Amino acid sequence: MTTLTTRTAGAPAGERRRSARRTRRRRRRGPSAYAVLVGMTALAAIMLIPFVVVVFNALKSPAEYSANGPLAPPEGLYLQGVRDFWERVDFGRVLFNSALISGSVAVGAVLLSVLNAYALGIGRVKGRMWVLVVLLMANTLPQEALVYPLFYLSKQFGLYDTRLGVIIVFTVIQSAFGTYLLSSVLSTFPRPLLEAARIDGAGRWQILWRVVVPVVRPTLSVLLVFFFIWTWNEFLIPMVFLQSNDNQTVSVALGVLHGQRLMDATMSSAAALLGLIPTVVFFLIFQRTLSRGLTAGAIK
Amino acid sequence: MTERTAKQAAARNRDGRLAYLPYLVPGVLLFIAVIGVPFVMNLYTSFTEWEGIGTPRWIGLDNYTELAGDGDFWASFRNNVLVIVGMAIVPTAIGLVLAAVLTDLIDRHFGPRTASVLRACIYLPQVLPVVIAGIVWSWLLNPESGAVNELLDAVGLGGLAHDWLGDPGTALWTVMAVMVWVQIGFPLVVFMSGLQRVDPSLYEAAEIDGATWARRFRHVTLPQIRPEIFVVLLWTTIAALKAFAHIFVLTKGGPGGATNVPSYYSYVSFFERTEVGYGSAISTVLTLIILALTVVFLRMQGRDLGEER
Repeated sequence: MTTLTTRTAGAPAGERRRSARRTRRRRRRGPSAYAVLVGMTALAAIMLIPFVVVVFNALKSPAEYSANGPLAPPEGLYLQGVRDFWERVDFGRVLFNSALISGSVAVGAVLLSVLNAYALGIGRVKGRMWVLVVLLMANTLPQEALVYPLFYLSKQFGLYDTRLGVIIVFTVIQSAFGTYLLSSVLSTFPRPLLEAARIDGAGRWQILWRVVVPVVRPTLSVLLVFFFIWTWNEFLIPMVFLQSNDNQTVSVALGVLHGQRLMDATMSSAAALLGLIPTVVFFLIFQRTLSRGLTAGAIK
Repeated sequence: MTERTAKQAAARNRDGRLAYLPYLVPGVLLFIAVIGVPFVMNLYTSFTEWEGIGTPRWIGLDNYTELAGDGDFWASFRNNVLVIVGMAIVPTAIGLVLAAVLTDLIDRHFGPRTASVLRACIYLPQVLPVVIAGIVWSWLLNPESGAVNELLDAVGLGGLAHDWLGDPGTALWTVMAVMVWVQIGFPLVVFMSGLQRVDPSLYEAAEIDGATWARRFRHVTLPQIRPEIFVVLLWTTIAALKAFAHIFVLTKGGPGGATNVPSYYSYVSFFERTEVGYGSAISTVLTLIILALTVVFLRMQGRDLGEER
């Protein structure tokens, strides 16, 4: 696939070179430009095929699956498989757990990042570079190097198999990145704005919430989205922490069930469909925020 | 500013700095509790023999000397090198070409809407939780009536159909292919946003000089988004070294250790074999590698930026 796109991509240049002298700025769609478009569309289709196949098969009855195979589109809407699976894993509860954990982490980690970054970026606390380097290392640390002590400590403190334990751990892990990003944003915060607020008699606490936070709100919303999705997608630590079915997240419940190798083909596709839907929904909602956020992150 | 007010400002600044310290307290305390203490504990247990209960017994460097002679451990590292190829190098290379094609050709000839729709399609797998992507693919690759084998059959290549994840000869390559599918969107999106910065007149000038697409790619696109290439390579390489969920869901390190990686190996040592000390040693080595890599990358990046200035 790649070789195809690169090869076709090379072609239009020569052709355009000739036309460049005649029309420098006018868009010109030669046949080779269309070839590139076809190649890219084919690639996009290949990327999407797994999603389509999952949807097809989640809507088939087991009998239809064994008769027509996985590639045929479904003949009707058979929702029983999805419904059975929903009840089997108590998917409503699992979904609620994921939303609760990811939502709490997103809010908590943004708050923590704001406080940290206020001290580091605006307060310019001594040794701030050192603090940032340590935080950055924490962000790149493999979770494998933390998971066993966290597991052990959570048992000592009664946080094992609680959603609160997972929330605390990820609030800290996510806020490391948030602090890093926000500190560099806040270090360029316009000083006159702060001075003006100070002259008006505002204290530091008021300045933070009335002046600083409103100005960086777009960045905060990007962080909120990132933290939510990152936490939603986490697997290792939630799996180790959340032993009982009542507390498990979507990824943990589906991953553990999958690991037991008990699922048949239609059940697997029902599981995959139920796992897909929330993230595709987030994707559609957050797509703009996400690409904006990536732009901000990439240049930093 | 007069000298006096400058002095006053400096004094206020000094007080100010101290006054900001309380804002750092909750963050620092939580950080010590959740990252600092566990990290030190992990380091300590790597010098002990411990089953997770009772008192750890200090054995010095024994875990590390055992690691050095452990064939499974070295095999897991060799596998991890291929995982890096599948998760970092190949997606970065493909992402570069695709980003250039989408920005340079599709956007200009068919408009930004077409380009952003294509980008969204390619990015979509990135938002899937790794576990879900793993379930999707292990089901597609299922040896009996999986969609991949059926598709090969349908196009007359039924002879190629086999147990992709169950055959030690193909398991790791299959995992790598799945990773490429998952991973491509990330470099693509970052590179495309990087290319927005590039001055279009550079391309026009190159075109007028008669540069082919390939030459413009090499001499204009690549140098312009070098910072992004560094960031993406570092980020994805670290992610590859930490790849756990992919392996857990797709193969559980099998068949016969063919897809075992250090992160999965440490997990097995912790929770299945309850050799906690040994698992800690593995994860400590992994941590050191990641930190060393980060430092090397940042150095290279720093030098790179230094040269440009």
